[in-house]
Amino acid sequence: MHFDPALAAELQRVLWHRRTAGDGAAVLERRSFLKLGAAAGFALGVFPLRGSAQAAEGLKPTEQPAAFVQIDRDGITTVTVNRLEFGQGAHTGLAMVLAEELDADWARVRARHGDASPAYVDPAFGMHLTGGSNSIHNSFKQYRELGARTRAMLVAAAAQQWKVPAASLHTESGFVIGPDGKRASYGELADAAMKQTVPQQVTLKDPKQFRLIGKPTRRLDAQAKSTGQQSYGIDVRLPGLLTAVVAHPPVFGAKVKTVDDTAAKAVHGVKAVLRVPTDRGGEGVAVIADGYWPAHQGREALKLEWDTSSVEHPDTLQLLAKYRELARQPGLKKFDADVSKLTSAPHRISAEFAFPYLAHAPMEPLNCTVAFDGQKAELWMGTQMPGFDAMSAAKTLGVAPAAVKVNTQMAGGGFGRRAISTSDYVVEACQVAKAARAAGLNAPVRTLWSREDDIKGGYYRPMHVHRAEIGFDDKGNILAWDHVIVGQSILKGTPFEEYLIKDGIDDTAVEGMKEPYDIPMRLTVHHPQVNVPVLWWRSVGSTHTAYAMETLLDEVARASKQDPVALRLKLMGDKHPRHAAALKLAVEKSGYGRRKLPAGHGWGVALHESFNSVVAYVAEASVDKGVPRLHAVTAGVHCNLAVNPLSIETQIQGAALMGLSTCLPGNAITLKDGVVEQNNFGEYRVARMPDMPRIAVHIVPSADPPTGIGEPGLPPLAPAFANAIARLTGKTAPRELPFAQV
Amino acid sequence: MPQLHINGKDVNVDADPSTPLLWALRDTLGMTGTKFGCGQALCGACTVHLNGAPVRSCVTPISAAEGQQVTTIEAIGEDRIGKAVQAAWIRHDVAQCGYCQSGQVMSATALLKTQRQPSDADIDKAMAGNICRCGTYIRIRAAIKDAAAHLA
Repeated sequence: MHFDPALAAELQRVLWHRRTAGDGAAVLERRSFLKLGAAAGFALGVFPLRGSAQAAEGLKPTEQPAAFVQIDRDGITTVTVNRLEFGQGAHTGLAMVLAEELDADWARVRARHGDASPAYVDPAFGMHLTGGSNSIHNSFKQYRELGARTRAMLVAAAAQQWKVPAASLHTESGFVIGPDGKRASYGELADAAMKQTVPQQVTLKDPKQFRLIGKPTRRLDAQAKSTGQQSYGIDVRLPGLLTAVVAHPPVFGAKVKTVDDTAAKAVHGVKAVLRVPTDRGGEGVAVIADGYWPAHQGREALKLEWDTSSVEHPDTLQLLAKYRELARQPGLKKFDADVSKLTSAPHRISAEFAFPYLAHAPMEPLNCTVAFDGQKAELWMGTQMPGFDAMSAAKTLGVAPAAVKVNTQMAGGGFGRRAISTSDYVVEACQVAKAARAAGLNAPVRTLWSREDDIKGGYYRPMHVHRAEIGFDDKGNILAWDHVIVGQSILKGTPFEEYLIKDGIDDTAVEGMKEPYDIPMRLTVHHPQVNVPVLWWRSVGSTHTAYAMETLLDEVARASKQDPVALRLKLMGDKHPRHAAALKLAVEKSGYGRRKLPAGHGWGVALHESFNSVVAYVAEASVDKGVPRLHAVTAGVHCNLAVNPLSIETQIQGAALMGLSTCLPGNAITLKDGVVEQNNFGEYRVARMPDMPRIAVHIVPSADPPTGIGEPGLPPLAPAFANAIARLTGKTAPRELPFAQV
Repeated sequence: MPQLHINGKDVNVDADPSTPLLWALRDTLGMTGTKFGCGQALCGACTVHLNGAPVRSCVTPISAAEGQQVTTIEAIGEDRIGKAVQAAWIRHDVAQCGYCQSGQVMSATALLKTQRQPSDADIDKAMAGNICRCGTYIRIRAAIKDAAAHLA
């Protein structure tokens, strides 16, 4: 999900058009936005309570402090964050950034979600989006300026009260301080500050003055999340709330043939059994009850016959054979190079890789609560794209976009599953709410997926096959590299298609190929169409491109008897100092090549850039009776300025663990005759406590504007592990994920 | 109407005796700290204590909990060990999305009730049933050891 800045403007234009087109409803006017900004929240001491009157004319909604900062009279400072918090730490990180320039007292800073109002779009993309590891990257300057503007208004208020020049005042930890040592708290000044004009120009701190940014800082939600007090979308409680579960078609897009709901309706607590449209033109049966358990029991009691005759029945074994066949022919050209030297090269590698479909499986099962009165609707759910979802809900419910209010809720994970241009689970919940209302049920309805619904529900990381032919000389110089990727396009048919599919090639399928190495590569791509919905999945294309690239490069190093670190440094030359720094840091801290490993243990190295950040891993692994085990990982991370080093450490640890999951037997979604074969965490295996290696994270110091951290830790883990396995076994690295016996 | 003893209080639960304890807590009693993750005792998000021992509430019918002491995440902080575990969770910045952490805290507390100084193998065994997709295991392990040290 690399967005070119030039494309972002285009995307903004398109999405804006999409927002205003269709239902004929106007975009929320600026005035409405300001009302939204000021109306939400506290009864007393709201800052700026009447902010709309003083809003700076030249500033965009995303630049107005009114919508982002509230200071109570007791100094509690609440930062509204324009991103979904689902574990990645954006709420703590962006609150730190704003509090830094505001000189707030960190102990009094809180964070909360923004809603779907235009104020909370990503300032670079112009749409509501939490994704692409962009929260800090795209909003760093924005939140600094918001903090600085708010601070300037507080200083101006104090200057006015004390009748001194603003320049004679300074701020410190929630206080404005005068030349004579006179102090006024931000809480005391909040009312007067909100009457000040929002300044157009603000001067930001010199990074040397940072007190918060760069300091390892615990999460703002740590207490709530350690004590069961944190509320998520699934925990929303409304008067009369009903719960729905939907029997989904067994094959994507199939329809109901017959329903016998006699037994289902007899379950105590079941209110209605209704046929509802489901994703991809399918049809399902919703069981609505006064709680999840009766709804679930009602669904179990349904006697259903399905008509799957009109949809394709994908089968992953057959697909794999087809993909392998396709990979033997060149596809659409991404990079070109002279590959004629393949035939004359002294050494040659031919490799074919297979990567399975993967489910995101966030711990909080997907859910969406809808209160619909026929004219307007209110929704509650964890979503990475509340703007999109609001539009999808409006379309589904047949109301104007302005009649839909989305309340973004804290989400129990997501990994991409909640950024979905079809809004599948939101649309389904709206279909259920609409059907419930038509059936005379006048109550909000929460549609809740079981884990089985989630595992079987599609929108997977696409299955891929890679094929590579590499020619190289005795010194490991790569003479030609011919590479073919086969896999479904994630973006085809979505609003992103126009911008991220070029010459028929989906950028998300090829991101991470070739760079940073100076190698003559021809890369071509096939995008077969398959009846399996696919989606971005934490680190997207890099989940497979990094594996192919980094295991092949290691193979070249082994075949030419070179050190894999030295070969990488040689191939990247002096053009990639961030890559080199991350790699060297991981190597140095791990003791690679210097430290003696326990008997039977081996080193593996891999390096990858994604979302503008570079992560290098040095892994220590062993193989016991064919079973590989990862013992320790040392990370070298280059994400420019480390806003919250603690958050970077936890994100790298978490992404590495998710990368490890992809190596473990059972971490794959397979289909037979159109039906997903896995049901729950029994068949879809993910890493557990005993699988966890030691992970040490080291960050390259930098003062450049921060880059992504939620995803970049994932891609290099599997290849680093695989390269260690290859060195231990003397065979090639595993060619398939998850690993079989080696 | 089944009567349960939850967090030190007797509570009447208006639900069928076969209803899993998880849904009685969440939907009937409005105690949403205990989480639904898999419904099959495969992920541990719903872990509560029955007489101090960890059980998966998603597969424990309320009939099986009658007459026993049920403790949930809402009250585990009133327990000396539970309180130490929660404090260690915060010190180590364990949670990310946090959704599984109620269950993790309940499993860790149950472990420390029986093993005051758990080894890595003890931790692996006691915590293997609790899935965290964010990958916080490394910090959970450190927090358990830290809590044990504080309790010693």
